[in-house]
Amino acid sequence: MNQFFQNLFLPPQASTHAKTVDDVFIFVTWVNIVFFLIVTFAAVYFSIKYKRRHANERTPHITHNLSLELFWSIIPLFVVMIIFFWGFQSYMVGRVAPNDSFEVQATAKKWLWAFEYPDGTRSINELHVPFGRPVRVVLSSEDVLHAFFLKDFRVKSDVLPNRYTEVWFEATKPGEYVLQCTEYCGKDHSNMRGKVFVDSKADYDKFIANGPADWATMPPTELGKMTYEQAGCVSCHSIDGTKGQGPSWKGIYGQTHQFVDGSSQVVDENYIRESIENPQAKILKGFEGIMPTYQGLLREKQINGIIAYIKSLK
Amino acid sequence: MANATTTTAQTSIGTAPPPHLNYLTENNTLKAWLTTVDHKRLGLMYLGAVMSFFFIAGALALLLRLELLTPKQDFMDSATYNKVFTLHGAIMVFLFIIPSVPAALGNFVLPLMLGAKDVAFPRLNLASFYVYCTGAVMALAAIILGGVDTGWTFYTPYSTTTDGPVGLMAMAVFVLGFSSIFTGINFVATVHKLRAPGMGWFQLPLFVWGIYATALIQVLATPVLGITAVLMVMERAFHIGIFDARLGGDPVLFQHFFWFYSHPAVYIMILPGMAIISEIIPAFSKKTMFGYRAIAFSSVSIAFIGFLVWGHHMFTSGQSDLASAIFAFLTYLVAIPSGIKIWNWLATMYQGSIDMRTPMLYAMSFLILFAIGGLTGLYLGAISVDIHLHDTYFVVAHFHYVMMGGTVIAFIGGIHYWWPKMFGKMYNERLASIACWIVFIGFNVTFLNQFMMGSQGMPRRYWTYLPEFQRYHIGSTIGSWILGFGLVMAAGVLLASLRKKEYDAGDNPWGSRTMEWETISPPITHNFEGQPVLRHGPYDFRVEPTPATVAGGRH
Repeated sequence: MNQFFQNLFLPPQASTHAKTVDDVFIFVTWVNIVFFLIVTFAAVYFSIKYKRRHANERTPHITHNLSLELFWSIIPLFVVMIIFFWGFQSYMVGRVAPNDSFEVQATAKKWLWAFEYPDGTRSINELHVPFGRPVRVVLSSEDVLHAFFLKDFRVKSDVLPNRYTEVWFEATKPGEYVLQCTEYCGKDHSNMRGKVFVDSKADYDKFIANGPADWATMPPTELGKMTYEQAGCVSCHSIDGTKGQGPSWKGIYGQTHQFVDGSSQVVDENYIRESIENPQAKILKGFEGIMPTYQGLLREKQINGIIAYIKSLK
Repeated sequence: MANATTTTAQTSIGTAPPPHLNYLTENNTLKAWLTTVDHKRLGLMYLGAVMSFFFIAGALALLLRLELLTPKQDFMDSATYNKVFTLHGAIMVFLFIIPSVPAALGNFVLPLMLGAKDVAFPRLNLASFYVYCTGAVMALAAIILGGVDTGWTFYTPYSTTTDGPVGLMAMAVFVLGFSSIFTGINFVATVHKLRAPGMGWFQLPLFVWGIYATALIQVLATPVLGITAVLMVMERAFHIGIFDARLGGDPVLFQHFFWFYSHPAVYIMILPGMAIISEIIPAFSKKTMFGYRAIAFSSVSIAFIGFLVWGHHMFTSGQSDLASAIFAFLTYLVAIPSGIKIWNWLATMYQGSIDMRTPMLYAMSFLILFAIGGLTGLYLGAISVDIHLHDTYFVVAHFHYVMMGGTVIAFIGGIHYWWPKMFGKMYNERLASIACWIVFIGFNVTFLNQFMMGSQGMPRRYWTYLPEFQRYHIGSTIGSWILGFGLVMAAGVLLASLRKKEYDAGDNPWGSRTMEWETISPPITHNFEGQPVLRHGPYDFRVEPTPATVAGGRH
């Protein structure tokens, strides 16, 4: 019977926390069934048994009965107090993330979810976490309120623009789970959906090495543009020829760069790659050597993407 | 107006035996109606107004359900959908449910029950109606100017940053709040000062207790809503940082302010519904109310505790765990007085002489639906379960069971109960009962589906959804058609009775013992001939009902 309620009302249990929540849910279901049957049975039974048979029927004048009234006030009071304490206790279990949790930063904005991993990797609308570890997701919003809801994990938290909130979970099996926004946020609220992939160790390493799955199908110039915007290149390098902290990328491919030490080189693939991984090696005339190295922060695919993107900026 | 009344009265003297001149027929001109201070006429005008808005918002609900039949776009895009659900909620809450029972039935019945000629401040009552109309016009203007897409809750910072006439809508809510406050003040004063001789506090009908508790909440809580609406408008219009984080405000503060009013408002909505049921059940069981004092005190304690539970709407908002625990604890305390009422109603039926006429059928319908609404609240008070269910269709189903299955069903039952008193005409009992059954079935088909999809993880305010939820949506949409049909049928049956030429209902068709049945149907303008005196308790079925007295001609 419990399994029947479980299947009728609740989504699959996919986190260690889900069972503690569902146990309370099932208990309340039983309480409700008992009380509902009492109320319905009494209403129907009395309606039939005490149906008016003739117009002048007399009824007993019963005004109250103290012990009966105490009985039906105190019993429910005990029942609801059990539900209260149990609900609060299981809530606290779901609130306190274990110390060794794997931590991910999630940022919500109309109408997408952006995730940042401990090694600096980023992904949009898909969250990859390693199986077998508790995961703590720290949430913040860039605009209005959103809410982070993983139904199969029984976790939810509002996402606020001015304060960090968090959820944590530990999945009980690897797989793909749906993430939904549950705080109304405007036009595409119902499309603000993401996926959570609980990966095996091998799959997770593959994700970190190769990036999100959609990179595989993304044209290199587009991936390069995304990296240019997300990895911070945009703050120093313009794409329209304006001089910033660093040289603009517009039309530089194929040009000859003069360096501060007097040497020069044609901008080609190898030169761009070197400038990303070891920017201090060659400093362009008129600029300072302030760029940090991106070695290890960008994946192979992203570097190739940036090269393709620079080529496309004519 | 007093002059006009006299003139009409004089013309009928000396001619044939005067027809029963009542509040409907005496001085029956448009101007007289629009400037009336008669609580009965104002009650009817409110009834017409709130029912019109119920019809509009109900039609919007049918459109929403139709769009949700499939996960893809059927006939409205997501932006339109967002405006339509906002309007459905805002109209239902602010223009229909909150004024429904107190302003419509309360206005009509309360002074009659007390044996009074009118409410304490008749002019304030008229003002309250026009303030309501002003608020309604502002809300309609906001719709015509493009509509609002904030949800009826107006959560910031979405509401302070989205386009559309949100400010106008918020000011409409502000103005409507004043109508509610005026009505509340009026009823409090009326109950304190205008009870018939011999009518002590514990001889008051329980409807009066319920309306009195409601009026207290209206007076104490509604100003907070007004202040919140004004602060929000100031932020929108003048960029004063109150709720918007970018301006240094705090969006969660808005939720605290909003629910500080809107949770007590839930009791503004449900207490009058319970009050109606407390009249119907003894009348049709022909038996004295079991636990009269317990019901009276439970209304007042619900009103009181209701002020202290607002944070249970905010378990996921980031409020502190301690706050959540306290709010959850207090929430469960409200369950007890609500439960007490249900037990008392059932105990009243025990050994009664039960006549299952339409109002009683609605009362039974209320008992079952409200029990489901109340019991499903037990899930939502358990914090960890609420985290899962918050902002899903489970919550939508829960509050529809309480607001619609509870308040609206009781309201419709109350209309059927007092209809013969209001118009002196009886509707077709058989058809009215059938309509009640259809409403009951349609309601359950619509909303039981929503419980299941909600706990399965279907979020609310969604224009599109995962395909696995479609079967529940189809069930719910079909239910909404049954429900809509039942409600239209109930309205049709009631309105059809008005075409009768004769006043055929009788003065006390149900054999009730409360005082409103001691005058003729429909009542005369001044309610009673002379000052009625309390002769027996409101549910004392040991004595015969006091016959209606009126001098002069009858029917």
